[in-house]
Parts: sequence; C-alpha cells; structure tokens
Amino acid sequence: MSGNVAIRVKELGKKYHIGGTKEKYYSLRDTVANAIKSPINRVINTHIDQPSTDFWALKNISFEVQKGDVIGIIGRNGAGKSTLLKVLSRITTPTEGEVELYGRVGSLLEVGTGFHPELTGRENIFLSGSIIGMKKREINYKFDEIVKFSEIEKFIDTPVKRYSSGMYVRLAFAVAAHLDPEILIIDEVLAVGDVAFQKKCLGKMGDVAQEGRTVLFVSHNLTAVKQLCNRGLLLKDGEIVIDGSSDNAIKHYLYKDNSISSKIQFPRKPEKLAQFLSTCVCDIDNNPSSEYTCDDSIVITAEFELRHEMRDVYFGATIQTPDGIRVLYSDIRDEGINPKKIVNLGINRISFVIPPRLLGPGNYFLKIDAAIPQQGILDSTEFICNFNIKDFTTIRGDNRVGFFSTILPWNVEYLHSYDNSRSNI
Amino acid sequence: MLLSLKIPPVSNNGPSNLKTIIRPPKKWAPLNLQELWEYRELLFSFIMRDVKIRYKQTGLGFLWAIIQPLLIMLIFTVFFGKLAKMPSDGIPYPLFSFAALIPWTLFAESLTRSTTSMVNNANIMTKVYFPRLIMPISGVLSPIVDFFISFCILIIMMVLYGFVPTITIILLPFFILFALITSLSVGLWLSALNVKYRDFQYIIPFLIQIWLFSSPIAYSSSLLPEQYRFLYGLNPMAGVIEGFRWVLLGTNPPEIMILISFGVVILLLIGGLFYFKRMEQFFADVV
Repeated sequence: MSGNVAIRVKELGKKYHIGGTKEKYYSLRDTVANAIKSPINRVINTHIDQPSTDFWALKNISFEVQKGDVIGIIGRNGAGKSTLLKVLSRITTPTEGEVELYGRVGSLLEVGTGFHPELTGRENIFLSGSIIGMKKREINYKFDEIVKFSEIEKFIDTPVKRYSSGMYVRLAFAVAAHLDPEILIIDEVLAVGDVAFQKKCLGKMGDVAQEGRTVLFVSHNLTAVKQLCNRGLLLKDGEIVIDGSSDNAIKHYLYKDNSISSKIQFPRKPEKLAQFLSTCVCDIDNNPSSEYTCDDSIVITAEFELRHEMRDVYFGATIQTPDGIRVLYSDIRDEGINPKKIVNLGINRISFVIPPRLLGPGNYFLKIDAAIPQQGILDSTEFICNFNIKDFTTIRGDNRVGFFSTILPWNVEYLHSYDNSRSNI
Repeated sequence: MLLSLKIPPVSNNGPSNLKTIIRPPKKWAPLNLQELWEYRELLFSFIMRDVKIRYKQTGLGFLWAIIQPLLIMLIFTVFFGKLAKMPSDGIPYPLFSFAALIPWTLFAESLTRSTTSMVNNANIMTKVYFPRLIMPISGVLSPIVDFFISFCILIIMMVLYGFVPTITIILLPFFILFALITSLSVGLWLSALNVKYRDFQYIIPFLIQIWLFSSPIAYSSSLLPEQYRFLYGLNPMAGVIEGFRWVLLGTNPPEIMILISFGVVILLLIGGLFYFKRMEQFFADVV
C-alpha cells in the first residue's frame, strides 16, 4: 500500500539533445547522410570535434507529495518546471529515474486544449472535456455548471471563432476548472482572462485544494502560489534548490537566488533573430545599483541586438512587486512613433528613466520585452532585474502604503472663523 | 492497467486505487490495448470532430463526399471504358469502376488522414496524455461517414442498372473492415515516421497516386495471367476491391488473392503497432 503518498519521484532526469531532438526537424536526407557518414566517422574516430550537445533539463529530482498537498513549483524560465510537469503528466518520457502516481491524474498545461474554432461552444465543451480526461456522462452532468461558470450562456451554440478572446478563455477555463481528478497538474493556467475572472478562477482553485485533492502548480504568479500552496519547490537549472513551505521557496526565489541583481548579462544565442544582451538598473551616473531612495532617478538600460532586418520593433517595460502585482507598464511608443527610436540591425542601447517620487518604497522587479506589432514578443529579459526603493525624506518614510510615493500638492484654505450661531441651526 | 478513467459523474468520488508508473522509454513498449479501450470515448470525440469540421463553411457540404468519386468514375468511363474499351468482367463500366472507387476513396482518405493525424494534432499531444494510437485510428475511421454517403449512390446506381446483390453481400462489412485495417496498418508506420520526418507529408499524395493505378480500379485483375494473379494480393487493396465487386456485383471471388492480402496486412499491422508504440515515447520531444 502506498499510505498517504500521492506522488513519489525518484532520481528523475530528462536529457535533451540541443540542436537535435528538441529544436531541429529531422529530414530523411539528414538521416541518410548521417547513416553514410557515421561508419566513416567511427573508423577515423573524429569524436573530438563534436562537442557534447546534451542538455539536462531535469537532474536528479526526488520528492514525495502527500495526498492533499498543494505544491507550487517556481523558478526562472528554463529551470525545468515545464519539463517536470510534462514528465509527470506523461506527455514526455524521462531519461532516467521513476515516478509513481497514486490516483487519477489530470493535467492542465494549457487553457482550451483541443478547442476547435469551427465548432460551437457546446461542441467544444464536449470535445475539450473528453480530451483532458472527462467521461461523456460526467460532462453531461456538469454541463450547466460549466456554461454558468463561463458566463457565455447566450453564445453557447455559436462557433467559438466568433467569440471575443475573453469569452474564449472563459469557456476554456470553465471546462478545465471542472476536471475532477485526484492529482491535478496545472501550468500557468491563471495567466489568462480579465482580473475579475482570474479571481473567480483562483477561488475555484482554492476549492480544489480544500477538497483534499493533490495539486501541482507551476506559476510565475507568486501571489497565487502563496495563497494556494502549502508547499513550494524551487527549481534552478533542472535541480531542486528548495523543497519547503511555499513562503520559504518564494523568499529564496526572490532574494537569495544570486542570479537576481541590478545588472544582468545574457548569454549570446546566435540562433535567435533578436536578443537582449544585457539589462541594467543604474543610478543617474550610470553605475549599476539595486538600492535607491524615492528621490533618485532610476535609469534603466538594455542592450539589444537585432540580427535580422525587421521593421516596427518596439519595447515595453513592466515593473512588478514581489507579489506579482504589475505596478507600471511603459511602452517606447507612448510618446508616439519617433524615427529616432527605431532599432537598427546590430547592437542598440535603449534606456528610459523612472523619475524621482514615482514608485513607493519597496522591492521591484523589472522586465523588458522586445516585440513586433501583431507578431508578438521577440525576446524578453523576464523579471530578472531587481531593485529596492526606500523613502528617507518624508515623515511617513518606508511605512507608506500603496505603489506611489508621488508628493501631491495638498492645500488648506481658510474659509471663515468658527461661528457659534451655525451649530444652533 | 495503468490509468483508468472510470469517473462517476458526481464530484467527491472516493479514492481510487490506481497506480501509474512512469519510467524511461523501453525498446519494446507493451501495446496496452486495454488502456486504448478505456479511451474509446475520446476516440469517438476525435472522430466526431473530424466529421463535423470536414465540410464546415462549404457551399456543397456533404455533396463533396460523392462529387469526387463520381467525377473520377466519369473520367474512367469515358477514357478507359468507352475509348480504350477495357474489359470489365461483363459489368457496365460505370458500375464496375464506381464499386471499386468507393472502397478506394475510403482507403486513400483514411490513409492520408491517419498519416497526418499526429502532426496535425501536435498541439494537443504536447499538452495532454492519452494513448497516441487514438490519433491514427481516428484518422482512419473519420472518413467512414463519407463512405456511407457515396455507398448510397452506389446502391442507386445498382438499382438503375438492375443489379440485385446475392447473399454474398453479407460479407461486405468484412471487406469494409479490411480496407480500414489496411489503411491503419500503413497509416501507423507513416504517421510515426511523419512525426520525425515531414517528408512523408509529401510522399503521401504520390504514394496514393501510384497505389491507385496499381490497384484494379480502372481495370479488372482478370487482366493478369491466371497463374500470377495471386501475387496481386501483395497489394492488399487489390483483394479489397475485387472483394467489393464480388459481393456486390457477383464477379469472380478473389480467393487466394485475399488470403495473401490478409497475410500482408496482418504483418504490416503488427509491425506498425510495435513501431508506433516505440516511437510514441519520443513524439512529444520530436514533433
């Protein structure tokens, strides 16, 4: 008997061949060519000039999950979170190690898996429901509930290609939220929909956790992890760094992970069409620093390399709190499209200034994205730069609440003297 | 049994005693046909999806299912029947060719769809687990609706030509099944290969064209010298097509030919199943 264990992971490892299995399409020609080359290579033994291209996305992962645990898995992009979920939900096989799962497993790695634009909302509920693992009987039983949750009753017989993106996501989530397994594996599903709907979903997920179900949850939304999970796993470079309370894992992720700093250099990836080379949070004299006062100007710079002729590249910066609340978004086009702000082939330096007395005291994370209209993001720095702001000058100082430290011009105007007769009226 | 989905309709269902073990890929993966059976509802959902979306936003809709074989029949009748005066075993040429085109269209469509099924549904396969065999199987089964529509046309034609089928017609389901299994046995190989080598997407139309002319559709297998005719069974579709003509139109039965076809298909099918199962373990990483 397994006792109370829901998931047992033993020395799990997953290896990818870079430039091979993961990124490149095979073509018959290559295989034929390799088949001819490899015996020749073997004979002359030219292994030296072929550098090892193996990449371990997961290394020696071992942990156990008790029934009813809600575990948040956090870590930077490329830390192995998604690979771990893919192995656990049996989409891909591990290279070594073993996993035991006790109970029915359901995985939601995407909202709207299997949705087909030509089919109506009703048809998609049945299709997507059965793809994620529900029986027809079960969908029939939950159908009204799903429709009600999605708030699209009127359009249930309209093809989903006519839906707005919000409606689409709501319906898709409604289906997913009614999946009812004993072990639920979720990847970033909450990063969708409008705020009101997100709250509803968080509530629904809270229900899931309270019903004693085991949940594995990957997210960049640290607030959600904090609220929902009783345990946290912090992954870094495919290995578990912290396996403890979710608070502990989050704190470690935010403050102790030494890859967070004010200046970051990114490794060059020549296969990318465009890439950030570095990003820096500097003071007004261009010295990288992570400590500021509310009265400092903070200069954000980034070096960006464009390797391929592309038009209309633009940048956007997001500043968020450790809880994942977005405080500020700024777009290079905010002041209108300016020919001086065009990115040219080669290395470009972009910068902007956060003026004094804008952000309130606290800890902030910064992300810069490069994108093309309608085509999406070319490259992103992710929330890797981090800085602190303190307020020394005002009376309230660091005890100020809210996101801003802007000093607003208060005013007191003398109207007239205290009048005894007024109080008698 | 690895993963069962016997979920009662009510939520708070009691704990199940299921155990799933995930291990690194093996060279010979078990077929696990029981698991496949447990997923039969999903298979049905995929088939329904493909049937529903097939003629969405087309003006003619399901008419397309009959236009294609009818037009080919017309061309074959004009060129092979009237001009080249091909012998047709004493059957009116349009009926002779249409009775062959119907199982052929089913086979060709099934094969094409099962070959592309894995790549076309890659976005689903990289997000959720289910036995991957469902994909090529649903590809094979979804054209069956088209088949029955054009089969009705064949019945109408038989009535018009005054053909009354004999008792052998009870064997028809066997030949339909045989056509489907033939396309599955080839489709398993090609769908697995197509995940790794997209070349097969381009090979398919070409392969089907060659296969069309090497099958007895425009002509009869009685054109072949009698002592070598059984070898024609190496092309399983020859057995299927002659079988169709036999049970519907009363031509000569494809005796030995069908046995050889049967052997070929069983070998292809078993090989295909194991090859597919073996490749399945890498699909999500390669697709």
